[in-house]
Amino acid sequence: MKKDLAYYELKQEIEEFLYQEADLLDARDFKNWLDLLAEDLVYFMPIRRNVKFGEHGERENTRQGEGISWFDEDKWTVTKRVEQILTGVHYAEEPLSRVAHLVTNVRLVDVRPSVEAPIEVTVSSRFLVHQNRVEYENHTFIGRRTDTLRRNGDSWLIARRELILEQNVLLAKNLSILF
Amino acid sequence: MTSLPIDQMIDTENGLISREIFVSPEFHKQELEKLFTRAWLFVGHESQIAKPGDFFVSRMGDASVILCRDAQSKVHVFLNSCRHRGMKICRYEQGNTSLFVCPYHSWSYTTDGKLQGVPMFRALYDGTLDRSQWPLIEVPKLQIYKSTVWASWDPEAPDLLAYLGDAADHLDQVLDCRDGRPGGSEVIGVQKWILPSNWKFAAENFLGDTYHNPSHRSVDMIGIGPSGQKGHRRDNEYAKGQHVWIGFPAGHGVHSVHMPEQFDYQPGYAQYPEVEEYFRHAFHERQRRQGAKARIMPFTGNLFPNTSYHGRQPRGLCVWHPHSPTETEAWRFFLVDADAPAVVKDVLRRFYMRYSGPAGMTEQDDMENWLYATESSKGTIARRYPFNYQMSMGAYKVDDPVPGFVSTQITDQTPRNYYRVYARYMKGEAWDSLLGRDLAPLRQAAE
Repeated sequence: MKKDLAYYELKQEIEEFLYQEADLLDARDFKNWLDLLAEDLVYFMPIRRNVKFGEHGERENTRQGEGISWFDEDKWTVTKRVEQILTGVHYAEEPLSRVAHLVTNVRLVDVRPSVEAPIEVTVSSRFLVHQNRVEYENHTFIGRRTDTLRRNGDSWLIARRELILEQNVLLAKNLSILF
Repeated sequence: MTSLPIDQMIDTENGLISREIFVSPEFHKQELEKLFTRAWLFVGHESQIAKPGDFFVSRMGDASVILCRDAQSKVHVFLNSCRHRGMKICRYEQGNTSLFVCPYHSWSYTTDGKLQGVPMFRALYDGTLDRSQWPLIEVPKLQIYKSTVWASWDPEAPDLLAYLGDAADHLDQVLDCRDGRPGGSEVIGVQKWILPSNWKFAAENFLGDTYHNPSHRSVDMIGIGPSGQKGHRRDNEYAKGQHVWIGFPAGHGVHSVHMPEQFDYQPGYAQYPEVEEYFRHAFHERQRRQGAKARIMPFTGNLFPNTSYHGRQPRGLCVWHPHSPTETEAWRFFLVDADAPAVVKDVLRRFYMRYSGPAGMTEQDDMENWLYATESSKGTIARRYPFNYQMSMGAYKVDDPVPGFVSTQITDQTPRNYYRVYARYMKGEAWDSLLGRDLAPLRQAAE
């Protein structure tokens, strides 16, 4: 992709979108966050495995659409997660955790059909999600994120989110927060 | 309090169990020495090591072990530690190999455990090292039951089926095909995560702690079951059945449903007509094939000490590996029928993920409970007060209507039975006692 003014303008717009999205989650504005998700959303976090050198491409990550991952779900299921938190009796999130999403290393990987008239954008980033819970519980989730965003008026919809969490055995007891 | 005799700390007659066994480092050490070195432990599933040379790294108690199929197709379980200086010889989770080569000094072992390569053997070890005496450390007891692989470090351990006893009837309903053919399951994935809690909280939950249902209210309210209906987290396949909570003399405990002599298919999977049709067909086939045995419908169970299962929705095996008194590594193996159509497997795996494990909307609440139950039992004052296990005292029948100590109401009988056996291990008793053979007269008297 040519790094011209149009590219940087688009990148700026996408970054703003991602930061605003993070704000909604951290402010626990879950219903408005759901509105940013496309109806055909894919929300995927594979399990990462310890494999031999040379087998990483083939076997390191579990695959979307096959077997068991941490998350491999659609908008219905993600909506259920929000509904569950909003019952007020989902004890894994009651009282609510304190969460901060840090999004960095934002880079546009692909823009379709063109940077000048973008309809779909694939954006790569890193996340650091801090969760503090009740009194002493602290969890840090660090990883890579690849999002596919779709133009929606003057904003964007998240059509696909792939989260590569840099852990093997999950070191947190739960994945009860949204990424 | 740790100095008290074990029978005072585990008083199953009065339903009082000391918190020490859930938090004390001393108890943790004793468990590893006296319990995890003797009991049969689930190690893995044959579908994970289908071909010669396939391996899957598993755990037994606090030890990393390698489950592998050698070049002749024989299945082994080895301690994952080099005989020379102890280095973990395999740090890949799963794969295929002809040799395990230690990264440290390059001693290498064949998949049947034999020490093959010792660098500079002639120059440095000639006449002193007899390689045949230094194979990988192998479990003395290994048995495969309907594709599940079990092992024990005790050469005197009884046959696995004698150990499982009548609990095998319930495990069968987890491992058999949905249409009643014996065995035929496969593992479609394994989740591993860390619980900051004592492992026994998890085991107890699966013994049949139906009493904790209110903690899953949120997921019932929103409805995540395969029929998508509000008010449920799974389909009700058990209508008109009698719920039974059963303890077995060797410490196992299950929650199943004993269906009436005639019982009809209860429609489920309403969101997925093709899958619904599959399970309707399987239901009738299962009844035809299994007859009276099909009357047992499994919910959950725990096979002593730390292998738990979910029988139908969801379906899988879990193992609770102790790391410390207050930390557990949880492993969940998800099961489907190996020959189920792709569409069925897909619906099941999606349901399993949203129900189970650390991302599962149901089980997240369990993890929260186990953490804070452990945490708030650690205090000096808290440890002076035992837990209450007095629910449904004496309210059980023997071998009626199915084998075991059977309660038809929610009960602490199964955990009382579990800890009675647990105490026997901690006292180092003989296998006759660990299997509860002295409870046999009690059973005969009731007949």
